[in-house]
Order: sequence, then structure tokens, then C-alpha cells
Amino acid sequence: MSDISRRDAVRRLAMMLASTGALDAVGARTIHAMTAEAQAASGGTYTPKTFTAAQYRLLERLTDLIIPVEDGKPGALAAGCAAWIDMISSENDRLKSIYTTGFAWLDQTIKAKGAVDFVSATPAQQTALLDQIAYRRNQSDELAPGIEFFGWVRRMTVDAFYTSEIGFKDIDYRGNTHLGAYPSPVASIDYAVKRAGL
Amino acid sequence: MTQPSANTVHDVVIIGSGAGGGTVTKVLADLGISVLLMEAGPMLALADLKEHMAPYHVPHRGAGAKGEAYTGGRTGFSYSATYGGAQLEGEPYTVAPGSDFSWFRSRILGGRTNHYGRVTLRFADYDFKGKSIDGLGFDWPITYDDMKPYYDKAERFIGMVGTVENIRSAPDGIFQPPAALRAHDVLVQRSCAKMGIRAVPARQAVITQATNGRPPCHYCGQCGRGCVAASNYAASYVQIFPAMKTGRVQVLANAMARELIADETGKVKAVSYVDKTTGSERQVRCRTVVLAASCCESTRLLLNSKSSRHPQGLANSSGVVGKYLMDTVGSSLSAYVPALSGMPRYNSDGYSNHLYVPWWGWDKQQALGFPRGYHIEVGGGYGMPNLGSFTGIVNRAEGYGVKMKQAIRDEYGTTVNLSGRGEMIPNEKSFCEIDPDVKDRWGIPVLRFHWGWSDHELNQVRHMQETFRGILEGMGGRVNAGGGRGGGAGQADPATTPRVPISRGGAIIHEVGTVRMGNDSKTSPLNKFCQAHEVKNLFVADGAPFVTNPDKNPTHTIIALAWRTAEYLAEEMRKGNV
Repeated sequence: MSDISRRDAVRRLAMMLASTGALDAVGARTIHAMTAEAQAASGGTYTPKTFTAAQYRLLERLTDLIIPVEDGKPGALAAGCAAWIDMISSENDRLKSIYTTGFAWLDQTIKAKGAVDFVSATPAQQTALLDQIAYRRNQSDELAPGIEFFGWVRRMTVDAFYTSEIGFKDIDYRGNTHLGAYPSPVASIDYAVKRAGL
Repeated sequence: MTQPSANTVHDVVIIGSGAGGGTVTKVLADLGISVLLMEAGPMLALADLKEHMAPYHVPHRGAGAKGEAYTGGRTGFSYSATYGGAQLEGEPYTVAPGSDFSWFRSRILGGRTNHYGRVTLRFADYDFKGKSIDGLGFDWPITYDDMKPYYDKAERFIGMVGTVENIRSAPDGIFQPPAALRAHDVLVQRSCAKMGIRAVPARQAVITQATNGRPPCHYCGQCGRGCVAASNYAASYVQIFPAMKTGRVQVLANAMARELIADETGKVKAVSYVDKTTGSERQVRCRTVVLAASCCESTRLLLNSKSSRHPQGLANSSGVVGKYLMDTVGSSLSAYVPALSGMPRYNSDGYSNHLYVPWWGWDKQQALGFPRGYHIEVGGGYGMPNLGSFTGIVNRAEGYGVKMKQAIRDEYGTTVNLSGRGEMIPNEKSFCEIDPDVKDRWGIPVLRFHWGWSDHELNQVRHMQETFRGILEGMGGRVNAGGGRGGGAGQADPATTPRVPISRGGAIIHEVGTVRMGNDSKTSPLNKFCQAHEVKNLFVADGAPFVTNPDKNPTHTIIALAWRTAEYLAEEMRKGNV
């Protein structure tokens, strides 16, 4: 649906609502179809608002390690997680500071292990560092800033991924749609009841 | 909007457009009476409801402007169209030292009904006579039989789902067929059965059959974000918009009521208000006025309507206005249920609740160790991913990469949450009054809240937690530590909140009781028709007239009581008594 016909459809629905105070089933279905379609055509390349080009490359690499391509299914890079984190951080000084401090810590720490910086380190060097900071049980004075930072970037990458259209598909979310009736999920009930011994 | 003329005398001015004000508007318009409906917020534009949007349809995906979901400030909801919260800019309230209270307000036509949980429960016969039964609190001046015809009318007009069960704590109503139970509902129902507890299809103000021009539910599962199809109840699209078509309803939006002005005979002759679009002070004249601004806002208006004749505020020579503030007792517990892991995937959205557990212990009160009761609401399923949906799983699983993703996949849809909603006994520690020092942006004195739970509620919460654990473990669940306080209006302050997992005062957003009804004008501001004993042309039609707050979410009784009040008002007008 083009932008203009979508606007017309929205206007028609709004008029229907204003005149009858309600929307018929066809109208409700139309709204769902439209919202499902909306923003499908975005894409293109993102220019960071907050982070430097180097910082942004590092952020992209981190999100890629947190949610990689899995069996050909797109991950954080395709879902634009870094762009979303940059956009949110551009409006929030505390987040911006958490990220810039965290990036510096990663570069500095990996440099001490012989790499130039995080992005140009080998995948093995990168994951060796993540294997330390991705777990609270490795807590130490030395690793504390890294563990705290990784908690932030992991949480926000997961948020950004699963609230994207790609993430919805990945987790196989099937709801928020128009159904004519709500059938009993018989196969699922049988499975759960049997396994629960009820 | 054109402001109404200061010379026109309106037959009825209704202040507030939620469940109470919407009902009075609809009933009076149908009876041929013209009303002026004042709302402190803007008109609702139905096309603005965003329930069908996914997070990826909005740039912040629900994080709020400036990423507030992550670093504090006003929380979330930015694409949910709730139009409200505990913090409203320029509209503070205060909380007395040692108290903890949260006050969720909504400024929009339809108020909080646009997004509430649609739980629709009749009071039981015994709920009106609590004091006669156990000596605590107060009795209502009316009985179930007085209310039954109005529950019937409300259910016929609004429509609700449910099933006839013949359970004394949960009187049957006029039901449309409910949607099928979901998988986690069935587990809860069977686990309850092992404990001798009945769980039944939820009673919700959702329609599954076309009703009064509204199409049946299309099961998108987003009831909490409004309903563009009007297939659930909100005062705005179910009552007020259709009533406007009669030509007898004038909506005055963005009008913040300041004071009720009484004449020399003690009757209300006008309402003064701030036109929020210009900031100007205005008045509308009235023959009668119906306060339906929400329990505490109606209280604030009465207390701020002081004159030499009414030094304690209007309709308050009893001094009881503001006293006996109640909320619902909330507590919750969740569990990871392995039986749900790997289950064949299905669309579990449906509508808000499909199953609930009515109170089962009304005849075993002595053995329970607390008075009155609670019901249980059931949560679970594959909810729409939102910010934070998987934070808990990730914090437990830690790591990164495919292994972390697998943990998310394994746990998605495996959490079952039980929420208790119980009765609070009114007490002397819980009330609101006018703060002598603080005013809002328009110079209107604000409310100061005092709050205290008693052992009755704390013991009830302990019982809830034991029961929830039994139900969850009975289906093989591994209970998550701690238990939750429930409710959404901000974080509890540990200094003033009890150690048992009980909700903060106000957090369940069921505040009622501060302008109560009763036969004795010395102890109750309102008579049994919600008419002020002392001010015959003043009626209250929100949660304020409640005498107690049973374990039935209040909206349904607000509607039924407002319906009854509106019919009484119309009859009194016809007789020339008001």
C-alpha cells in the first residue's frame, strides 16, 4: 500500500470511527494489515548520531557477537541493533557515557593482550575477552567495569533485536493479529498437560 | 473548543468521563436529559490508539523519549496510548512522611477505562455486609438485590464474557461465550483442582458477539492499549461517543475543575474550572452536578470547595470526606514451568485474561488467619516481545551468542504468573487531605496521602504466596524467588514498604472509599443513592462512594452504581426535587 493510499485508508477508518463510534471487522483487519506493512520499506545505511565511526564499528561488532547469524537466520547486524542503541544514546547522556567509557575499556583491555584495538583483534581474542566479562562469576576489581558494561550492551542488544521485525520472526511470535475466532490450542494443551503429569 | 456560555444553566454537569461519568452520560442522554460532560484531558481520537502497533513501528520502541526506560524518569508506555501515570507534569501530589502511596491519573476522554484490565466482577451478597459478618469495617447501605438490576443492565449494554458457575463469591451475570482456555490456563486449572480450588473462565468486559453496533473481539491480545474496534469496554467508545449522537451531550474537554460553588441555600450553582487550552478561569452554571473525577480527584474537589457555610469543604460536616481510602491488596508469584518448554507454538494472545480463580474460602474464614478474601488472575503465554521481555532470562543465562539465544527460545512462553487481588479493611491510617502548602500549576491545592496496611492485609498476602506456590509447584513449576508486589505505578520505597511482597498503596489503581455512602449523615457524606446528605443537587458516581473494597475489581460496580445513581437523579429531576 502506498503512503497516500494508506493515509486515505486511515482517514476512512477515522471517519468510520467518528460516525459510528466503532469499527467493523473488515476495518480492524485493514488496520492490522496496514501496520504490519508499515515501515517495511525502511533500510538503507545508518549514519551514527552519537558515536564516532570507530566506536560505531565496535558497537556493531559487539552486537554481532551477542546475536550472531544462526543457521542462516539474520542476527543483530541485519536487525539494526547498533543503530537503535546509537539513536537512544544520542538522547541520553548517561547511556552515551556508559557506552563511550565501555568502548574505551574494551580497546584498552584488549590492547594489553597484544591487539591494536577490539575491532581489529582476532575473533578468538574478542571472544576470549567476552568469555570473561559475560559472566558475573568472573567478578574482580580488574574486570568489574567490563562486566557492568557488557550487561548494558547485552541487555540493549537483546531488546533491540527482539523488538525488531527480524526478532519477531526469530522468536516466532504469532500474536497481535486479527482472528475470526479463538480456537482451543489442542495440540499445545495435550503436550503441556502430559508433561506436567496433570 | 468553544467554551460554554457562563449564562447557560445546564441541567446536569458531569465532572469526569471514566467509568462513572461515562455511565451517567449514557444513561441520562438515553432518558432525554441534556448533560455537559467535563474532562480534564483532551478528546480521545480513536485513530490514535496504537494497540496494533509493534515496537518496531515506533522509533523508541517503547523506551520513551530520551531512553527513560533505561535510566529512569517517566516510565514507558509511550506507544501504548495510556495518557496517564503517577507523575503528571505540573500536577503533583504529596505523601506524608512514613507513608507510601502512588496515584495513577489519566487525563483523556474515557480516563483509565481506555486501557484497564477489563476484569468484570459482581460483588457477592456478603460483600455488602462485611461488618455484620465479622465486625470489621462498615456495612453498605444497600444490598446485592439493590444492585443486581444494574449489574444486569450494564452487562446487557456493555457485554462481557463468562460462564455460569453458581459460586457464591462470584455471582453469575449475563455472559457471552468466552474464548478457549490457553495451555497455561489449563495447567493452572488442573493444578488448582488438585488443591480443591475451582478456576473458571475469566469474566472480562470483552464481547465475542456483535453488541450494539460493536464487532466481536478479534483476539489481538492488546486490550491494555485501547481497542480501535471497540470490542472491549471503555467509557469513551462504548458510552460517550454513542451518547453524543443523541445531541444531548456536550463534551467540554481540557477543563480542569477547581471548585464547586454553592448558593445561599447550600446547593451547587456552578463549577469553576481552568480552561487548560488558554489557562483562563471560567465557570459553568448547573442545576445538578455529578462528581465522577475519580475517587481522589472528587475528594479533592469537595475539600477545595470551602466557604463560610462549608468550612471543611462541601458535603463534609461529617469530616469523613477523604477518610477510609482503600486500594486493592496486590501480590504475585511467577514460576518457570518446564512442561511448557518446547510446546507446539500457537497464538496465545486472545484477550487480556481467559481464566481466573474466584475466592473459595468465604465459609472457612476462621481457619484462614485473615478476614475476607482474594481472587487470582493468571498470566502467561507468548506475549508480544517488548523492551525488557527477555532481560530476566538473559540475566540468569548470561553469556552471549547462540547459546544465550537458545536460552531465550527455551524459556519464551514458559513463565506462569499468578496475581492476587484481595480486600483491604478500611483503616484510620489511610486517608487523603489537602496539603496546606502545595498547589498545582493552576494554583489548585493538591492532595496529601497517608497510608498504612494492617496485619489483615499482610496475613492475606502470606496466604496468597503459599497458595500461589502450591498451584505453581503442582504443575511442576520452579518458583522464582521473592514474589512480586504487583501493580505498575512506580517502584516501592523499601523504607516504608513491608517486607512481605504486598503492593504499594495505590499501585493496583483501585482507590475507592473517600466519599462514602451510608444512612447516617454524621458518618457518611452520601446517602444510599450517592446523593450528598447535605447538598441535594450533588451526586458522586466514581469509586469514592464505596464503603468497602471487596476482592472484585471496582470498575463493574462503579458502572452499576453510577447507572443506579443516574436513574435516581433523573427521577428526582422529574419530580422536581432537585
